[in-house]
Amino acid sequence: MGAPRDERTNGKRTCNRDTRPAQAIRLPRGSERYSLTANQGDIVAIIGGSGSGKSTLLRCINLLERPTSGEVAIQGETYRLRSARHGDLEIADRRQVQRIRAHLGMVFQNFNLWPHRTVLENVIEVPIHVLGMKRDEAIHRAEGLLDRVGLGSKKDMYPSFMSGGQQQRTAIARVLAVDPLAILFDEPTSALDPELVGEVLAVIRDLAAEHRTMLLVTHEMAFARDVASHVVFLREGIIEEQGPPEQIFGDPRSPHLKQFISSVA
Amino acid sequence: MTTVFDFSLLAYSPPGWGKVLLVGFLRSIELAAGGYLLGILIGIAGASGKLYGNKVVRDLLEIYTMVIRAVPELVLMLLFYYVGTDLLSRASSAMGFGGVNIDGLTAGILVIGLVQGGYATEVFRGAILAIPRGQIEAAHAFGMPPGKVLRRVTLPAMTPHALPGMANLWMIATKDTALLAVIDFSELTLVTRQAAGATQYYIMFFLAAGVLYLALTLVSNFALRRFERHARRGLVPAR
Ligand SMILES: Nc1ncnc2c1ncn2[C@@H]1O[C@H](COP(=O)(O)OP(=O)(O)O)[C@@H](O)[C@H]1O
Ligand SMILES: [Mg+2]
Repeated sequence: MGAPRDERTNGKRTCNRDTRPAQAIRLPRGSERYSLTANQGDIVAIIGGSGSGKSTLLRCINLLERPTSGEVAIQGETYRLRSARHGDLEIADRRQVQRIRAHLGMVFQNFNLWPHRTVLENVIEVPIHVLGMKRDEAIHRAEGLLDRVGLGSKKDMYPSFMSGGQQQRTAIARVLAVDPLAILFDEPTSALDPELVGEVLAVIRDLAAEHRTMLLVTHEMAFARDVASHVVFLREGIIEEQGPPEQIFGDPRSPHLKQFISSVA
Repeated sequence: MTTVFDFSLLAYSPPGWGKVLLVGFLRSIELAAGGYLLGILIGIAGASGKLYGNKVVRDLLEIYTMVIRAVPELVLMLLFYYVGTDLLSRASSAMGFGGVNIDGLTAGILVIGLVQGGYATEVFRGAILAIPRGQIEAAHAFGMPPGKVLRRVTLPAMTPHALPGMANLWMIATKDTALLAVIDFSELTLVTRQAAGATQYYIMFFLAAGVLYLALTLVSNFALRRFERHARRGLVPAR
């Protein structure tokens, strides 16, 4: 498979992600503004102003958003996309997308739990009904995961009756239940009351400590600097700058990044 | 005739008409339940088609729901019944099976189901649109196949929003069964008319029928309320 490359065309969405575990970061020369690779165990923080394309970039990884050009590969497997009438790309192989998605977890800003299912039922849903796990085993694992995120005693509650922090921790347990190759976080703490942010960040920090592959869109700069192995700064839909956190936060080159960092600090 | 009531005529066995009434009542319930269930199936398919189908599917469904809702039910029933049975027997004789006779119950269920389906399509469409997008999106993000997303997420999540409208449709279904008297289907209203005509106790028999319809409504209301409580189990009460 060729080097991931991508040209940004006028007003079009372009995404290019390449999550290939066990492979050194390899950005083709000259295209690092459009390409991103995450290796196994990487924690990639995606930062940028509102509307800079952070969610779009993240959602191209599981194809919730369709890139208009370029390619996305997960563990060496490239999504099969084909050109649609308007020149956009569309999914060519639904089953492939479903198969890959089942191994990518996504945590949303608004939790997006299923309200008609209890906390436990939310966590066992995908293992049973997508991965085909036995119910007993799924429950056993889910209980362990809920204990881990501190919700063992809440497993029979319905999510709407819990705090935002508890709901987001449930959502994280739901993701862990599929034992994902990578977890995609889209501003997991932005919808939370300030006093609840800490409990969710603590869980994410815990996952970082065990070197889970994660891509994390966040406005929590201190947290990003702390846990990320790689930071990506987006502006107007393109990667303006990327690198290790010390470089991005300590020695930013782009004036926009400098300005962004001083504005959020 | 000196009295309005002669309760011995309501006795179960002849000369009482009780058994006839009860059988008619049961057939009404069968009709209503069958038509309602068929309507639910059509409604789910119709709402999915309207929301996720291509242009041709959407246009066809638009015509279907518009016709169903614009034309009086009685006309639709006569139309579906006579045209439907006619087409069916023509088709079967063309294929060399000879004339078919579809029985009244099947025909009635089809007719009521088609009418109910038109309304149910709109009820379900609205209910699905009321689900916060993210819940369905989350299911897709986990690689759930579309059919499972419908069964495991979309349908249960839309049920609370659909229930008020669907409860109404059930009430309408029970009463629409009476319209099938025009095609000589022996449901409650028709047998009541027969009993009343034969005995001349019009008031008593129609009151008795009214009581049966009312009992059905009361029992249904109770069941629907319980179901609604179950469907809303995960939602914070509005008040
Ligand atoms: N690479 C891109 N090319 C063209 N448009 C983009 C690109 N990235 C994002 N957009 C558009 O910009 C808008 C905001 O993007 P979004 O991802 O929601 O931003 P954020 O999450 O950073 O606030 C969306 O309408 C999206 O379609
Ligand atoms: Mg966003």
